[in-house]
Amino acid sequence: MAAVLVENIDKSYGNVTALKSIGFQMDDGEIFGLIGPDGAGKSTLFRILTTLLLPDGGRASVAGHDVIQEYKHIRKKVGYMPGRFSLYQDLSVEENLSFFATIFGTSIQENYDLVKDIYQQIEPFKKRLAGKLSGGMKQKLALCCALIHKPEVLFLDEPTTGVDAVSRKEFWEMLQSLKKKNIAILVSTPYMDEASLCDRIALMQNGEILKIDSPGQMVIDFQKPLYAIKTEHTYTALSYLRSASFTRSALPFGEFIHLTTNKPYEALQIKDDLERVGIPIQEVKRTAPSIEDIFLDLSQTNEPIDA
Amino acid sequence: MHKQNIIEVDGLTKKFGDFTAVDAISFQVKRGEIFGFLGANGAGKTTAIKMLIGLSRPTEGKGKVAGFDIDEEAEQVKKNIGYMSQKFSLYDDLTPKENIRFYGGVYGLSRNRIKERTRDILKELRLEEVADKPVVALPLGWKQRLAFAISMVHDPDIVFLDEPTGGVDPQVRRQFWETIYQVAEQGRTIFVTTHYMDEAEYCDRVSIMVTGKIEALDTPEKLKETYNANTMDEVFLRLVRY
Repeated sequence: MAAVLVENIDKSYGNVTALKSIGFQMDDGEIFGLIGPDGAGKSTLFRILTTLLLPDGGRASVAGHDVIQEYKHIRKKVGYMPGRFSLYQDLSVEENLSFFATIFGTSIQENYDLVKDIYQQIEPFKKRLAGKLSGGMKQKLALCCALIHKPEVLFLDEPTTGVDAVSRKEFWEMLQSLKKKNIAILVSTPYMDEASLCDRIALMQNGEILKIDSPGQMVIDFQKPLYAIKTEHTYTALSYLRSASFTRSALPFGEFIHLTTNKPYEALQIKDDLERVGIPIQEVKRTAPSIEDIFLDLSQTNEPIDA
Repeated sequence: MHKQNIIEVDGLTKKFGDFTAVDAISFQVKRGEIFGFLGANGAGKTTAIKMLIGLSRPTEGKGKVAGFDIDEEAEQVKKNIGYMSQKFSLYDDLTPKENIRFYGGVYGLSRNRIKERTRDILKELRLEEVADKPVVALPLGWKQRLAFAISMVHDPDIVFLDEPTGGVDPQVRRQFWETIYQVAEQGRTIFVTTHYMDEAEYCDRVSIMVTGKIEALDTPEKLKETYNANTMDEVFLRLVRY
């Protein structure tokens, strides 16, 4: 049985289309990532699947139940961590957890196994008010509260936004261990580097899914020649490359410029070409694409900014 | 203060009761530099920035920003720097023109100067067409660039950018960085915080704060060499994770 099944879901707010016939299927025990920037429609999709918002059209089911007809069943079987911190700030860590256990008709003791690894990290602060926790600790408490009733499907809406690189890494390690307990996890993120930690991902932009596959397969499927160019003169090199006839796209990627071309070239040829116009180049090499390269290739930005 | 330094900080410390949020940090930022100010959540970045922009008084130590003492001349500091945070400080129900006029007024520009700056900013960002529409209708990337331009309405020598690119499209994120490069090339200093480690690579120099102290400060290249890492992400993890 699919943990989540979505078919042709549409949603608009007035004139704004938030979701355009979205469809995908997610299996039990799978970590499925919705990858895309703000405004892609990720949160709207979460709210429909957690039965907090009605779609305009299409069908969806979660843990085998229809999101409209059987919404009450779904609410018992899913855990939801919204993008905005939504625990009770004036209750302590322990009180929040016990509150969420009680409303789902269970107790902390009953499902302690599931949250133990995460809860132990914040247990020294269990008497502290939730509002007084640091960002990383709030995130861990919210995850515990979403898990305490042993859900079949876990919905995490941008759990790592605004969180530093180390806490983000730890958070993903926690998700890997939850996966082993056969909980299906739908998680959204604007950080493209987190995509590779999912079993499968959907790249989203402006209410549409651009592509669905495993991150590994997406990399294999990327056919365009891609080069990483290292130079101290990033800005000059970028402007030159953008006017060059062989260029498809030239974008800054950390310490490199990523260049895609219309047809394959020898790396040395590209280096020579740049140096001939007086741009010193440290290195040019063929490179494998990251998910961000793939997203940039598929996405049509609707915000033309001509430099 | 050295002519070419726009920030000079020596032993800067902030304590809240028993808790030392910023623990005797010292560093300099040169004019025209793109300086990345990184650190884990809770490392003391925000507290440090607040002292640099004159919003919080240091418990100990001293510093100069844009030529003014951050403790004794905090008001002068505020007038001579630009600041933009991830929550754009634009007024959504005002138009781009009105936002520029408002901030120009706040910084005490003359009526003529405000007119000039409005024309320049709208032209530079190609926002003439939407100059009289409420900001709320603008796409995120445009709002962001408008907020950046407005943070420089009074022509400061240094701009502080606090996580300016959170949540935006990878393409828009890159375009924003290209704007940063342009501004830096005109000789303005950029002081920027981010959680995107690839953006750390775009900086001339980067400092990394861990529990109140600056644990590393160098060019991205040298940091990678020192910590035997391939990316800034690895450098960061090595420093912050113990």
